[in-house]
Amino acid sequence: MEIPYAVKPRPDTGLYNAKVGIWLFLASEVMLFGALFCSYILLRVNAIDWPHHWLNIWLGMTNTIVLILSSVTVVLSWSELKMGRFKRYKFYQAITILCAVAFMCIKSYEYHDKFIHYQVILKDGTVVDGHLQKPETTMPVSWIEQPVIVDGRLPKGTKDTDTVVLDGWYPPTQAEVMNPPLGHEEKKIEIPANKIKFMENYGPWHSTYTAIYFTLTGLHALHVIAGAIVIFAIWGPLAKVWEEDPERYTNRVEVSGLFWHFVDLVWIFLFPVLYLL
Amino acid sequence: MNQTQSAAQIAHADGHSVEEVKKHVRQYLIIGAALIAGTILTVWASLINFGSKEINIVVALVIASAKGFLVVGFFMHLLSEKKMIYSVLATTVFFFAALLYLTLWSMAHGSIVQIR
Repeated sequence: MEIPYAVKPRPDTGLYNAKVGIWLFLASEVMLFGALFCSYILLRVNAIDWPHHWLNIWLGMTNTIVLILSSVTVVLSWSELKMGRFKRYKFYQAITILCAVAFMCIKSYEYHDKFIHYQVILKDGTVVDGHLQKPETTMPVSWIEQPVIVDGRLPKGTKDTDTVVLDGWYPPTQAEVMNPPLGHEEKKIEIPANKIKFMENYGPWHSTYTAIYFTLTGLHALHVIAGAIVIFAIWGPLAKVWEEDPERYTNRVEVSGLFWHFVDLVWIFLFPVLYLL
Repeated sequence: MNQTQSAAQIAHADGHSVEEVKKHVRQYLIIGAALIAGTILTVWASLINFGSKEINIVVALVIASAKGFLVVGFFMHLLSEKKMIYSVLATTVFFFAALLYLTLWSMAHGSIVQIR
Protein backbone atom coordinates (compact mmCIF):
# COMPACT_ATOMS: atom_id res chain seq x y z
CA MET A 1 0.00 0.00 0.00
CA GLU A 2 1.31 3.41 -0.89
CA ILE A 3 1.60 6.03 1.84
CA PRO A 4 -0.59 8.98 0.80
CA TYR A 5 0.88 12.46 0.32
CA ALA A 6 4.47 11.27 0.71
CA VAL A 7 5.29 13.02 -2.57
CA LYS A 8 2.26 14.94 -3.80
CA PRO A 9 0.86 17.78 -1.67
CA ARG A 10 -2.27 17.29 0.38
CA PRO A 11 -5.13 19.37 -1.04
CA ASP A 12 -5.97 20.96 2.34
CA THR A 13 -2.45 21.96 3.45
CA GLY A 14 -0.86 22.32 0.01
CA LEU A 15 2.18 20.46 1.37
CA TYR A 16 3.50 16.90 1.31
CA ASN A 17 3.34 15.32 4.76
CA ALA A 18 7.07 15.18 5.48
CA LYS A 19 7.29 18.94 5.11
CA VAL A 20 4.54 19.52 7.66
CA GLY A 21 6.28 16.99 9.89
CA ILE A 22 9.70 18.66 9.75
CA TRP A 23 8.24 22.11 10.49
CA LEU A 24 6.36 20.71 13.51
CA PHE A 25 9.59 19.08 14.66
CA LEU A 26 11.50 22.34 14.18
CA ALA A 27 8.82 24.12 16.23
CA SER A 28 9.55 21.74 19.12
CA GLU A 29 13.27 22.36 18.62
CA VAL A 30 12.70 26.11 18.93
CA MET A 31 11.13 25.47 22.32
CA LEU A 32 14.03 23.21 23.37
CA PHE A 33 16.72 25.72 22.49
CA GLY A 34 14.45 28.56 23.65
CA ALA A 35 14.28 27.05 27.14
CA LEU A 36 18.07 26.78 27.23
CA PHE A 37 18.47 30.37 26.01
CA CYS A 38 16.13 31.45 28.86
CA SER A 39 18.32 29.49 31.29
CA TYR A 40 21.31 31.35 29.87
CA ILE A 41 19.59 34.71 30.49
CA LEU A 42 18.74 33.75 34.10
CA LEU A 43 22.27 32.52 34.80
CA ARG A 44 23.92 35.49 33.18
CA VAL A 45 21.80 38.21 34.82
CA ASN A 46 22.31 36.68 38.27
CA ALA A 47 26.03 36.04 37.87
CA ILE A 48 28.54 38.10 39.85
CA ASP A 49 30.87 38.20 36.85
CA TRP A 50 30.61 36.80 33.34
CA PRO A 51 33.43 35.97 30.92
CA HIS A 52 33.96 38.36 28.04
CA HIS A 53 35.96 37.24 24.97
CA TRP A 54 37.21 34.27 26.99
CA LEU A 55 36.67 31.74 24.21
CA ASN A 56 38.71 31.90 21.00
CA ILE A 57 36.70 34.33 18.83
CA TRP A 58 38.54 33.41 15.62
CA LEU A 59 37.79 29.72 15.98
CA GLY A 60 34.14 30.57 16.71
CA MET A 61 34.02 32.84 13.66
CA THR A 62 35.61 30.17 11.46
CA ASN A 63 33.01 27.66 12.61
CA THR A 64 30.21 30.15 11.89
CA ILE A 65 31.51 30.66 8.35
CA VAL A 66 31.86 26.88 7.89
CA LEU A 67 28.20 26.40 8.86
CA ILE A 68 27.05 29.24 6.60
CA LEU A 69 28.97 27.68 3.68
CA SER A 70 27.31 24.34 4.43
CA SER A 71 23.88 26.02 4.42
CA VAL A 72 24.64 27.52 1.00
CA THR A 73 25.74 24.14 -0.39
CA VAL A 74 22.61 22.47 1.04
CA VAL A 75 20.29 24.91 -0.71
CA LEU A 76 22.36 24.74 -3.92
CA SER A 77 22.23 20.93 -3.89
CA TRP A 78 18.43 21.07 -3.60
CA SER A 79 18.32 23.55 -6.52
CA GLU A 80 20.48 21.23 -8.62
CA LEU A 81 18.06 18.36 -8.00
CA LYS A 82 15.17 20.62 -8.98
CA MET A 83 17.01 21.16 -12.27
CA GLY A 84 17.64 17.42 -12.63
CA ARG A 85 21.43 17.70 -12.24
CA PHE A 86 22.19 14.79 -9.93
CA LYS A 87 26.00 14.90 -10.23
CA ARG A 88 26.09 18.55 -9.19
CA TYR A 89 23.80 17.75 -6.27
CA LYS A 90 26.27 15.04 -5.18
CA PHE A 91 29.15 17.51 -5.40
CA TYR A 92 27.46 20.23 -3.30
CA GLN A 93 26.20 17.79 -0.68
CA ALA A 94 29.71 16.28 -0.40
CA ILE A 95 30.92 19.77 0.52
CA THR A 96 28.12 19.99 3.12
CA ILE A 97 29.31 16.75 4.72
CA LEU A 98 32.92 17.97 4.69
CA CYS A 99 31.80 21.24 6.33
CA ALA A 100 30.01 19.25 9.06
CA VAL A 101 33.20 17.26 9.69
CA ALA A 102 35.28 20.46 9.75
CA PHE A 103 32.84 22.05 12.24
CA MET A 104 33.08 19.04 14.56
CA CYS A 105 36.90 18.96 14.32
CA ILE A 106 37.13 22.63 15.31
CA LYS A 107 34.58 22.14 18.11
CA SER A 108 36.51 19.10 19.43
CA TYR A 109 39.72 21.15 19.45
CA GLU A 110 37.94 23.88 21.42
CA TYR A 111 36.57 21.37 23.94
CA HIS A 112 39.98 19.75 24.39
CA ASP A 113 41.51 23.19 24.91
CA LYS A 114 39.13 23.79 27.83
CA PHE A 115 39.76 20.37 29.36
CA ILE A 116 43.51 21.06 29.59
CA HIS A 117 42.93 24.68 30.73
CA TYR A 118 43.29 24.88 34.53
CA GLN A 119 42.68 27.36 37.28
CA VAL A 120 45.02 26.84 40.23
CA ILE A 121 44.83 28.53 43.64
CA LEU A 122 47.95 28.17 45.78
CA LYS A 123 47.93 27.85 49.58
CA ASP A 124 49.20 31.47 49.86
CA GLY A 125 46.17 32.69 47.81
CA THR A 126 48.01 33.25 44.50
CA VAL A 127 45.88 32.44 41.43
CA VAL A 128 47.44 30.83 38.37
CA ASP A 129 45.57 30.25 35.11
CA GLY A 130 46.88 28.34 32.11
CA HIS A 131 47.09 25.29 29.93
CA LEU A 132 48.54 22.11 31.37
CA GLN A 133 51.85 21.00 29.89
CA LYS A 134 51.30 17.30 30.42
CA PRO A 135 54.75 15.98 29.31
CA GLU A 136 56.52 18.25 31.83
CA THR A 137 54.00 17.72 34.67
CA THR A 138 55.11 15.01 37.07
CA MET A 139 52.02 15.03 39.34
CA PRO A 140 49.48 12.38 38.22
CA VAL A 141 46.77 14.33 36.41
CA SER A 142 43.84 12.89 34.55
CA TRP A 143 42.31 15.47 32.23
CA ILE A 144 38.80 14.23 32.91
CA GLU A 145 39.22 13.55 36.66
CA GLN A 146 37.41 16.39 38.42
CA PRO A 147 38.07 18.17 40.67
CA VAL A 148 41.72 17.30 40.64
CA ILE A 149 42.55 19.05 43.88
CA VAL A 150 40.21 20.51 46.51
CA ASP A 151 41.45 21.80 49.93
CA GLY A 152 44.98 20.66 49.15
CA ARG A 153 44.04 16.98 48.88
CA LEU A 154 46.50 15.76 46.26
CA PRO A 155 45.71 12.90 43.88
CA LYS A 156 46.78 9.39 44.95
CA GLY A 157 50.40 8.62 44.18
CA THR A 158 51.61 12.27 44.33
CA LYS A 159 55.17 12.59 45.60
CA ASP A 160 56.57 15.62 47.51
CA THR A 161 58.81 16.49 44.59
CA ASP A 162 56.01 16.41 41.98
CA THR A 163 55.18 19.54 40.04
CA VAL A 164 52.46 20.90 37.76
CA VAL A 165 53.59 22.88 34.72
CA LEU A 166 51.21 25.37 33.11
CA ASP A 167 51.62 27.69 30.15
CA GLY A 168 49.79 30.55 31.80
CA TRP A 169 49.70 33.79 33.77
CA TYR A 170 48.91 35.24 37.19
CA PRO A 171 45.49 36.97 37.16
CA PRO A 172 45.61 39.81 39.72
CA THR A 173 42.00 39.22 40.81
CA GLN A 174 39.51 36.36 40.68
CA ALA A 175 37.28 38.43 38.35
CA GLU A 176 40.08 38.64 35.78
CA VAL A 177 40.57 34.87 35.55
CA MET A 178 37.89 34.54 32.87
CA ASN A 179 38.17 38.17 31.73
CA PRO A 180 41.84 38.39 30.81
CA PRO A 181 43.06 41.79 29.59
CA LEU A 182 43.91 41.93 25.89
CA GLY A 183 47.53 41.10 25.19
CA HIS A 184 48.32 39.58 28.60
CA GLU A 185 51.53 37.59 28.48
CA GLU A 186 51.65 33.88 29.18
CA LYS A 187 54.77 32.01 30.32
CA LYS A 188 55.78 28.61 31.60
CA ILE A 189 54.89 28.34 35.30
CA GLU A 190 56.14 25.43 37.42
CA ILE A 191 54.10 24.83 40.57
CA PRO A 192 55.16 22.41 43.34
CA ALA A 193 52.21 20.06 43.93
CA ASN A 194 52.35 20.45 47.73
CA LYS A 195 51.69 24.22 47.41
CA ILE A 196 48.37 23.74 45.57
CA LYS A 197 45.15 24.31 47.49
CA PHE A 198 42.69 24.09 44.57
CA MET A 199 43.04 23.00 40.98
CA GLU A 200 40.30 22.47 38.44
CA ASN A 201 39.97 22.55 34.69
CA TYR A 202 37.34 24.52 32.75
CA GLY A 203 34.99 21.62 32.15
CA PRO A 204 31.21 22.00 32.53
CA TRP A 205 31.61 21.66 36.34
CA HIS A 206 33.78 24.76 36.70
CA SER A 207 31.19 27.55 36.69
CA THR A 208 27.70 28.40 35.49
CA TYR A 209 29.22 29.90 32.34
CA THR A 210 31.11 26.73 31.40
CA ALA A 211 28.03 24.67 32.34
CA ILE A 212 25.73 26.57 29.97
CA TYR A 213 28.48 26.78 27.32
CA PHE A 214 28.98 23.01 27.22
CA THR A 215 25.21 22.34 27.43
CA LEU A 216 24.28 24.65 24.56
CA THR A 217 27.21 23.83 22.28
CA GLY A 218 27.03 20.11 23.16
CA LEU A 219 23.35 19.92 22.27
CA HIS A 220 24.04 21.86 19.08
CA ALA A 221 26.93 19.52 18.21
CA LEU A 222 24.59 16.53 18.59
CA HIS A 223 22.29 18.21 16.07
CA VAL A 224 25.21 18.74 13.68
CA ILE A 225 26.14 15.04 13.95
CA ALA A 226 22.51 13.90 13.48
CA GLY A 227 21.98 16.25 10.50
CA ALA A 228 25.24 15.15 8.88
CA ILE A 229 24.32 11.46 9.27
CA VAL A 230 20.91 12.02 7.63
CA ILE A 231 22.41 14.07 4.78
CA PHE A 232 25.11 11.43 4.26
CA ALA A 233 22.53 8.61 4.25
CA ILE A 234 20.45 10.36 1.58
CA TRP A 235 23.58 11.27 -0.38
CA GLY A 236 25.11 7.77 -0.27
CA PRO A 237 23.15 4.61 0.58
CA LEU A 238 19.72 6.05 -0.34
CA ALA A 239 20.83 7.69 -3.61
CA LYS A 240 19.17 4.92 -5.64
CA VAL A 241 15.77 6.46 -4.75
CA TRP A 242 16.62 9.18 -7.29
CA GLU A 243 16.41 6.62 -10.10
CA GLU A 244 13.11 5.20 -8.83
CA ASP A 245 11.31 8.35 -7.73
CA PRO A 246 13.20 11.63 -8.28
CA GLU A 247 10.43 13.78 -6.79
CA ARG A 248 10.41 11.81 -3.56
CA TYR A 249 14.22 11.98 -3.40
CA THR A 250 14.18 15.76 -3.91
CA ASN A 251 11.64 16.08 -1.09
CA ARG A 252 13.91 14.10 1.23
CA VAL A 253 16.79 16.43 0.41
CA GLU A 254 14.55 19.44 1.07
CA VAL A 255 13.42 18.11 4.47
CA SER A 256 16.96 17.26 5.59
CA GLY A 257 18.02 20.67 4.30
CA LEU A 258 15.38 22.42 6.42
CA PHE A 259 16.80 20.70 9.50
CA TRP A 260 20.34 21.69 8.51
CA HIS A 261 19.36 25.35 8.07
CA PHE A 262 17.83 25.26 11.55
CA VAL A 263 21.13 23.95 12.95
CA ASP A 264 22.86 26.88 11.22
CA LEU A 265 20.25 29.30 12.59
CA VAL A 266 20.84 28.15 16.17
CA TRP A 267 24.60 28.65 15.78
CA ILE A 268 24.06 32.16 14.39
CA PHE A 269 22.66 33.06 17.83
CA LEU A 270 24.99 30.87 19.90
CA PHE A 271 28.14 32.44 18.45
CA PRO A 272 27.60 36.05 19.64
CA VAL A 273 25.91 34.96 22.88
CA LEU A 274 28.74 32.67 24.02
CA TYR A 275 31.83 34.03 22.28
CA LEU A 276 31.34 37.78 21.93
CA LEU A 277 29.06 39.21 24.62
CA MET B 1 14.68 8.84 -17.60
CA ASN B 2 14.95 11.90 -19.82
CA GLN B 3 16.89 14.39 -17.66
CA THR B 4 15.19 17.56 -18.92
CA GLN B 5 11.75 16.01 -18.56
CA SER B 6 12.57 14.87 -15.02
CA ALA B 7 13.84 18.35 -14.07
CA ALA B 8 10.68 20.01 -15.31
CA GLN B 9 8.52 17.52 -13.41
CA ILE B 10 10.39 18.01 -10.12
CA ALA B 11 10.68 21.76 -10.44
CA HIS B 12 6.97 22.10 -11.17
CA ALA B 13 6.01 19.84 -8.27
CA ASP B 14 5.88 22.78 -5.84
CA GLY B 15 5.01 25.48 -8.32
CA HIS B 16 8.56 26.44 -9.38
CA SER B 17 9.79 26.44 -12.97
CA VAL B 18 13.38 25.47 -13.88
CA GLU B 19 14.01 29.13 -14.83
CA GLU B 20 12.82 30.28 -11.42
CA VAL B 21 15.09 27.81 -9.64
CA LYS B 22 18.03 29.02 -11.77
CA LYS B 23 17.26 32.60 -10.77
CA HIS B 24 17.21 31.60 -7.09
CA VAL B 25 20.70 30.11 -7.28
CA ARG B 26 22.23 33.58 -7.72
CA GLN B 27 20.12 34.84 -4.82
CA TYR B 28 21.39 32.02 -2.56
CA LEU B 29 25.00 32.94 -3.32
CA ILE B 30 24.37 36.62 -2.55
CA ILE B 31 22.67 35.70 0.74
CA GLY B 32 25.56 33.39 1.64
CA ALA B 33 27.98 36.27 1.09
CA ALA B 34 25.75 38.58 3.17
CA LEU B 35 25.73 36.05 6.01
CA ILE B 36 29.54 35.84 6.02
CA ALA B 37 29.76 39.65 5.93
CA GLY B 38 27.29 39.77 8.83
CA THR B 39 29.48 37.37 10.82
CA ILE B 40 32.56 39.55 10.30
CA LEU B 41 30.48 42.63 11.22
CA THR B 42 29.33 40.96 14.47
CA VAL B 43 32.92 40.24 15.49
CA TRP B 44 34.03 43.77 14.57
CA ALA B 45 31.13 45.32 16.52
CA SER B 46 31.95 43.21 19.58
CA LEU B 47 35.47 44.69 19.67
CA ILE B 48 34.11 48.25 19.73
CA ASN B 49 33.22 49.96 23.00
CA PHE B 50 29.81 51.57 22.41
CA GLY B 51 29.79 53.08 25.89
CA SER B 52 27.74 50.42 27.61
CA LYS B 53 27.60 46.64 27.55
CA GLU B 54 23.85 46.79 26.82
CA ILE B 55 24.43 48.55 23.48
CA ASN B 56 26.96 45.89 22.47
CA ILE B 57 24.42 43.18 23.34
CA VAL B 58 21.65 44.91 21.33
CA VAL B 59 23.94 45.42 18.29
CA ALA B 60 25.05 41.75 18.31
CA LEU B 61 21.48 40.49 18.64
CA VAL B 62 20.18 42.80 15.89
CA ILE B 63 22.86 41.51 13.48
CA ALA B 64 22.15 37.89 14.53
CA SER B 65 18.41 38.45 13.99
CA ALA B 66 19.02 39.90 10.52
CA LYS B 67 21.17 36.88 9.65
CA GLY B 68 18.50 34.60 11.07
CA PHE B 69 15.88 36.29 8.89
CA LEU B 70 17.99 35.64 5.77
CA VAL B 71 18.41 31.96 6.64
CA VAL B 72 14.75 31.37 7.53
CA GLY B 73 13.28 33.63 4.85
CA PHE B 74 15.36 32.55 1.87
CA PHE B 75 17.25 29.31 2.58
CA MET B 76 14.22 27.77 4.32
CA HIS B 77 11.85 29.50 1.85
CA LEU B 78 9.61 30.76 4.63
CA LEU B 79 8.78 33.92 2.65
CA SER B 80 7.05 31.81 0.02
CA GLU B 81 5.67 29.09 2.29
CA LYS B 82 2.09 27.86 2.68
CA LYS B 83 -0.36 29.16 5.33
CA MET B 84 -0.16 25.92 7.30
CA ILE B 85 3.54 26.54 8.11
CA TYR B 86 2.79 30.12 9.16
CA SER B 87 0.17 28.91 11.64
CA VAL B 88 2.63 26.36 13.10
CA LEU B 89 5.26 29.06 13.48
CA ALA B 90 2.83 31.60 14.91
CA THR B 91 2.01 29.11 17.67
CA THR B 92 5.73 28.57 18.30
CA VAL B 93 6.40 32.30 18.46
CA PHE B 94 3.53 32.70 20.96
CA PHE B 95 4.85 30.00 23.29
CA PHE B 96 8.45 31.15 22.93
CA ALA B 97 7.41 34.72 23.79
CA ALA B 98 5.51 33.36 26.81
CA LEU B 99 8.62 31.47 27.92
CA LEU B 100 10.74 34.58 27.57
CA TYR B 101 8.15 36.67 29.41
CA LEU B 102 8.05 34.18 32.30
CA THR B 103 11.85 34.28 32.50
CA LEU B 104 11.93 38.08 32.64
CA TRP B 105 8.97 38.15 35.03
CA SER B 106 10.69 35.73 37.42
CA MET B 107 13.80 37.90 37.34
CA ALA B 108 11.79 40.99 38.23
CA HIS B 109 9.71 39.34 40.97
CA GLY B 110 11.81 36.44 42.24
CA SER B 111 14.66 36.55 44.73
CA ILE B 112 17.99 37.15 43.03
CA VAL B 113 20.64 34.66 44.00
CA GLN B 114 24.18 35.59 43.10
CA ILE B 115 25.96 32.67 41.51
CA ARG B 116 29.50 31.91 40.45
